[in-house]
Amino acid sequence: MAAGVATWLPFARAAAVGWLPLAQQPLPPAPGVKASRGDEVLVVNVSGRRFETWKNTLDRYPDTLLGSSEKEFFYDADSGEYFFDRDPDMFRHVLNFYRTGRLHCPRQECIQAFDEELAFYGLVPELVGDCCLEEYRDRKKENAERLAEDEEAEQAGDGPALPAGSSLRQRLWRAFENPHTSTAALVFYYVTGFFIAVSVIANVVETIPCRGPARRPPREQPCGDRFPTAFFCMDTACVLIFTGEYLLRLFAAPSRCRFLRSVMSLIDVVAILPYYIGLFVPKNDDVSGAFVTLRVFRVFRIFKFSRHSQGLRILGYTLKSCASELGFLLFSLTMAIIIFATVMFYAEKGTSKTNFTSIPAAFWYTIVTMTTLGYGDMVPSTIAGKIFGSICSLSGVLVIALPVPVIVSNFSRIYHQNQRADKRRAQQKVRLARIRLAKSGTTNAFLQYKQNGGLEDSGSGEGQALCIRNRSAFEQQHHHLLHCLEKTTCHEFTDELTFSEALGAVSLGGRTSRSTSVSSQPVGPGSLLSSCCPRRAKRRAIRLANSTASVSRGSMQELDTLAGLRRSPAPQSRSSLNAKPHDSLDLNCDSRDFVAAIISIPTPPANTPDESQPSSPGGGGGGRASSTLRNSSVDTPCLLPETVKISSL
Amino acid sequence: MGAVMGTFSSLQTKQRRPSKDIAWWYYQYQRDKIEDELEMTMVCHRPEGLEQLEAQTNFTKRELQVLYRGFKNECPSGVVNEETFKQIYAQFFPHGDASTYAHYLFNAFDTTQAGSVKFEDFVTALSILLRGTVHEKLRWTFNLYDINKDGYINKEEMMDIVKAIYDMMGKYTYPVLKEDTPRQHVDVFFQKMDKNKDGIVTLDEFLESCQEDDNIMRSLQLFQNVI
Repeated sequence: MAAGVATWLPFARAAAVGWLPLAQQPLPPAPGVKASRGDEVLVVNVSGRRFETWKNTLDRYPDTLLGSSEKEFFYDADSGEYFFDRDPDMFRHVLNFYRTGRLHCPRQECIQAFDEELAFYGLVPELVGDCCLEEYRDRKKENAERLAEDEEAEQAGDGPALPAGSSLRQRLWRAFENPHTSTAALVFYYVTGFFIAVSVIANVVETIPCRGPARRPPREQPCGDRFPTAFFCMDTACVLIFTGEYLLRLFAAPSRCRFLRSVMSLIDVVAILPYYIGLFVPKNDDVSGAFVTLRVFRVFRIFKFSRHSQGLRILGYTLKSCASELGFLLFSLTMAIIIFATVMFYAEKGTSKTNFTSIPAAFWYTIVTMTTLGYGDMVPSTIAGKIFGSICSLSGVLVIALPVPVIVSNFSRIYHQNQRADKRRAQQKVRLARIRLAKSGTTNAFLQYKQNGGLEDSGSGEGQALCIRNRSAFEQQHHHLLHCLEKTTCHEFTDELTFSEALGAVSLGGRTSRSTSVSSQPVGPGSLLSSCCPRRAKRRAIRLANSTASVSRGSMQELDTLAGLRRSPAPQSRSSLNAKPHDSLDLNCDSRDFVAAIISIPTPPANTPDESQPSSPGGGGGGRASSTLRNSSVDTPCLLPETVKISSL
Repeated sequence: MGAVMGTFSSLQTKQRRPSKDIAWWYYQYQRDKIEDELEMTMVCHRPEGLEQLEAQTNFTKRELQVLYRGFKNECPSGVVNEETFKQIYAQFFPHGDASTYAHYLFNAFDTTQAGSVKFEDFVTALSILLRGTVHEKLRWTFNLYDINKDGYINKEEMMDIVKAIYDMMGKYTYPVLKEDTPRQHVDVFFQKMDKNKDGIVTLDEFLESCQEDDNIMRSLQLFQNVI
């Protein structure tokens, strides 16, 4: 809960006076409060620097070192102050957190040292206020990354250790993915790199014209035609190696389908396929034209380098992420080209011997002009053409210059935005989780405390009370407040599970209750609590003189029934619960009027356990013993049939 | 040249200035207006002197000091408005929806109907609730139930209050909350309180009935040592 809320708790409790006239049951007693509630000034001595603050300030956060009794370990009785042997500069921020509720992160301190101080004083880093949270996270991440890099550099040669019994596949895949792990992998890596380079260079070189020794064909031939065998052998060797590599990767891949669909494998396939197609294509003239085109695809072998280069991969990713902006650039360029090409065509239409033979022919001129290349192979000759041509070149600068910075800034914006959005989403999630946790924490704490034995009572000196006493004063008072609300409304807080169970039970309990006629049983003088609220008007006369007993009766009963549950060896069996309450009640109860009839002792035969079975067996706390009561109460001429003694449990 | 142009203009776009069109000017004007209003409501409020408060309430100086320190820490401006009040109160009842009841509570605290609770109102109400006589406490409660402050509680007002209280319980209760539970609760209440069965409860009827009920009398002492 927020610290500030602790300040308002007294007022919320005071406002509970407004529920009193509506309460249909007596409200539970207030938790015991320390006599001295006066505020005092504490002195905290941190390495010689004295900080003084009100005790209440520190008590605001009871789950930290300074707010809990843990600080007593540091109390120096001689000087009457709390001494901490820690950094006083950092302590200033910690103390300010108590004062203002916001934890600020010091800009000039090392983030690791700050973290350590927070851990010492029991503060979670999530408490860092929103103003400093982003910077705190950034610095922490930076730090962590730097540390991780250092660690990585240390373990450069190690790599993740494979389990001893890993299969050949796994080892092979690991060798392919991390070439640095073993010498063989490294050798393979470099060999394939070498052959990629050789293949690319061969592709390039085979087109260079080289003069043959025999001058008989006067014209020069490209080297590929002069030494076809040599180039063919080189090509074959490279393709064999690439094929072998591809097949090995395919074999070693943990998920073959995914591997087949990955970009790198596609590149591999495209790189080697033309060779195989070429092998099987007969050497006709008409097909060989297509075959020549296929050889172009050999240049894709150069993309295989991206396995060897990180930079290429990043570039590819960048282009992929900027696809829409690139598309926009292309689209706007196309529009401009079409417009200007049309204009130029019609401007130059009249001229004879013009190059602008058609609009598509004018495309070339427009592109060359707009990108300020200006080859000069096509130039306008009419005046109108020249005017429009100059407009074209001027606007070309604009049209190209516009989308490019958009792409650049878009890219950087998207990149930063993504980072910020992720951060914000994570913060939001953490914040929501924190709120949910706090809410559920309060809910659970209250439900847990109810399960553990209800309110503390002066009478119960049992061991179970010890575990309840560990709640802080704030929690005690808050739970008391929630308890008062329960008593006012004659309903209890419960969790989702029991609620859904109860929903099911109610529908069943209604059916079986008609058969039981427990209500007519004489339940005894003190059964005040066995009926629902309006009947209390009748019972008022049968009240005990001892006021505390009646008030404590509710809590006593809670303890009793739950103690009964604890005591009984087989708490699941409801019949055993019905049969045994006498023992548990006698043991725990002081006042005589604590009637066993509450659990309708006289009526076990009438109210057979089987009938009361329909409601779910006591899985959670001790809610089920009262099913008999529930059944009985349905018959009572009570205005609130549901609100029978259940609320005591 | 295109590249040069590109980098130059990309540097420019780093400083994003909004185009100064009409929409932007209107937005700025509205924002200034809102800021002016905010400034007016952010005026600090200081309570009366400590001695005066001590004389008016049943708290000692020390208690007032503790109370004020807490209050001032939470609300540096010295006043609590209804929204903040609702949020604070809702934190104590995470199970259900405490806003309606907090609204009625706020109206009960805000005796001058100023729309905000100052420290004096706060401390006066606390004094009545924690240190007041039985009569005063019951009168305060009557005032809380009397939503329209006409001196009478009728069934509709009581129904609203009871529904608000049941809202605070939330969905997951045991036993299951039925539709007419609040109505039955109100009927029980009226049965007890409405002596002459005329459908409304006056202050005298209320005081009389409450003083007859021992449970209520006893429970009133519960909150003695909250502070």
